[in-house]
Amino acid sequence: MLIAPLVVLMRVPGLPWAVATATSLMTFAIAISLTSTILDSYSVTYEMGSWPAPYGIELHVTSFSALLLLIVSGASTLALIAGKQSLDTDIEHDRQPLFYAAWLMVLTGLSGIVVTGDAFNIFVFMEIASLASYVVISAGSDRRVLPAVFKYLIMGTIGATFYLIGVGLVYMMTGTLNLADMEARIHEVGELRPILVAAGFITIGLALKAAVFPLHAWLPPTYTYAPHIVTVFLAACSTKVALFVLLRFDFLVFQQNLSGHEVQFTVFLMPLAVLAIMVASVVAVYKQNLKELLAYSSVAQVGYILLGASLVSVPGLTAGILHMFNHALAKGTLFLAVACLGMRFTQLGLVNLSGVAKQMPWSMAAFVLAGLSLIGVPGTAGFISKWMLISASLQEGALGVALVAIILVSSLLAVVYIWRVIELAYFGEPPESTKSVREAPIWMLVGTWVAALMNIYFGIIPALPVALAGEASSSLLQHLP
Amino acid sequence: MELFGLYNYWVFTVVLMIGFYAVIAKGNLIKKLIGLSIFQSAVFLLYITMDKVDGGTAPIVQKGVTDQVFSNPLPQVLILTAIVVGISTTALGLAIVVRIKEAYGTIEEQEVQSLDRDQ
Repeated sequence: MLIAPLVVLMRVPGLPWAVATATSLMTFAIAISLTSTILDSYSVTYEMGSWPAPYGIELHVTSFSALLLLIVSGASTLALIAGKQSLDTDIEHDRQPLFYAAWLMVLTGLSGIVVTGDAFNIFVFMEIASLASYVVISAGSDRRVLPAVFKYLIMGTIGATFYLIGVGLVYMMTGTLNLADMEARIHEVGELRPILVAAGFITIGLALKAAVFPLHAWLPPTYTYAPHIVTVFLAACSTKVALFVLLRFDFLVFQQNLSGHEVQFTVFLMPLAVLAIMVASVVAVYKQNLKELLAYSSVAQVGYILLGASLVSVPGLTAGILHMFNHALAKGTLFLAVACLGMRFTQLGLVNLSGVAKQMPWSMAAFVLAGLSLIGVPGTAGFISKWMLISASLQEGALGVALVAIILVSSLLAVVYIWRVIELAYFGEPPESTKSVREAPIWMLVGTWVAALMNIYFGIIPALPVALAGEASSSLLQHLP
Repeated sequence: MELFGLYNYWVFTVVLMIGFYAVIAKGNLIKKLIGLSIFQSAVFLLYITMDKVDGGTAPIVQKGVTDQVFSNPLPQVLILTAIVVGISTTALGLAIVVRIKEAYGTIEEQEVQSLDRDQ
């Protein structure tokens, strides 16, 4: 965060990117060292300015935070390293310092959300991340990015404001903003109705930010028209972090204290999750633009995460949290492959991409690998989380069998929309105008393939994310009877 | 009287809904932004209302005065932060509207959508 204003002052071409990437790498290194500390000792706290909690703002890192920190900083680093050429083409040179400064602010905001232990601090960082992401998104070259980012701004601000109302109501009743303290004090609250209203406001506000169906309308146009590398970063992170806040707030503060809240949570969110999965997958099948297709697929994946969470059981929540990690890997790789394609094609409609596999075999092969992870083929990361989701659902009896059917049907739909792309790319005939297209720059390919191979690695050795996700869900649910 | 004491909260709700209505129902992008500002102002009112202590005064410690009743300063600080966030959002929104005007020639949402559809 401190480096961002310095980047604005850097006018030497190439330097802003270098500084941004170095900062992102440092953040990633910190995330890795935090993760190893967490694996040993379960949580790390730090008081800002040495004001003792609950008067001061406290940073509280748990295994859930560590997992998300890895996702956020890893996605940012990989996107910046792999995407240098793509960003050089998309953004004019004299705007680049501003762009990279804004990128660093997004990284700041998203990281801040996951490490803080204070409810209002979450709002502040959430708005830092959102405002900066409006800036990086609007650097896209197609003019349709502008109404898209405007819609995102309106919906995102409404979401954040609802969250603020909810936090205000909880503060009114408990007198504290520190999440851990809130958890303790809520037991003593006499009037529970404001808490219930607060839960409603917070859930809706965060659902707007997380693109939960039917509040997902901002996501497809934003992902489609943003610069390709920006989509890589945002698709991997922004919805996951909003879901992180939702789950943390709900399970830590509300679940145990409002009787029957678990049931309300499930009854409200599970249908939305199922609808997200089914409707978004079906819509993705019919979309003509490659990025739009992947964007609707993201809405469906948010549904999977929420489905795991709405089961309100340790296996279910573990599956949902693990899927955050795996989907970030899969979608990140997919959009990186799209960025490679975007280096050579300006129009990413599926008709323009026919036969592209002959000209850009490495990009498409990475796309296929990541697509397999999205579908959940054994051997890829996506399989692990889908498997855990299915086994968690089966523990729920009759409802679980229906959920398993939905998961399987939607995986088949994913096969359909990924196959559409693959079929066109591998078996189509390239139109005359694109016959001379070459492969993407080698540096971008290396980055894309690193991401693709990580999908396979975490599919075969999922120990790290599964351990973090398991710890996260058991600590979130430890208070439930 | 209960209703009278809750007057501020009623105002909060009404202003919230006016702002929200403007955001949803108005087609002009500037009007949407105005609605968003009204919406956020309502939230500020909620926070300020909740921190006013009966008989409390501004929370500034004065030398030699020890038994003063203060209004709660914490929500006031939260509101300052939220106001700043609101200003930044409005500024960013207006910048985007300027760019939309340059790119599309109009700031009516319907016309922008029909221009996009025809493209």
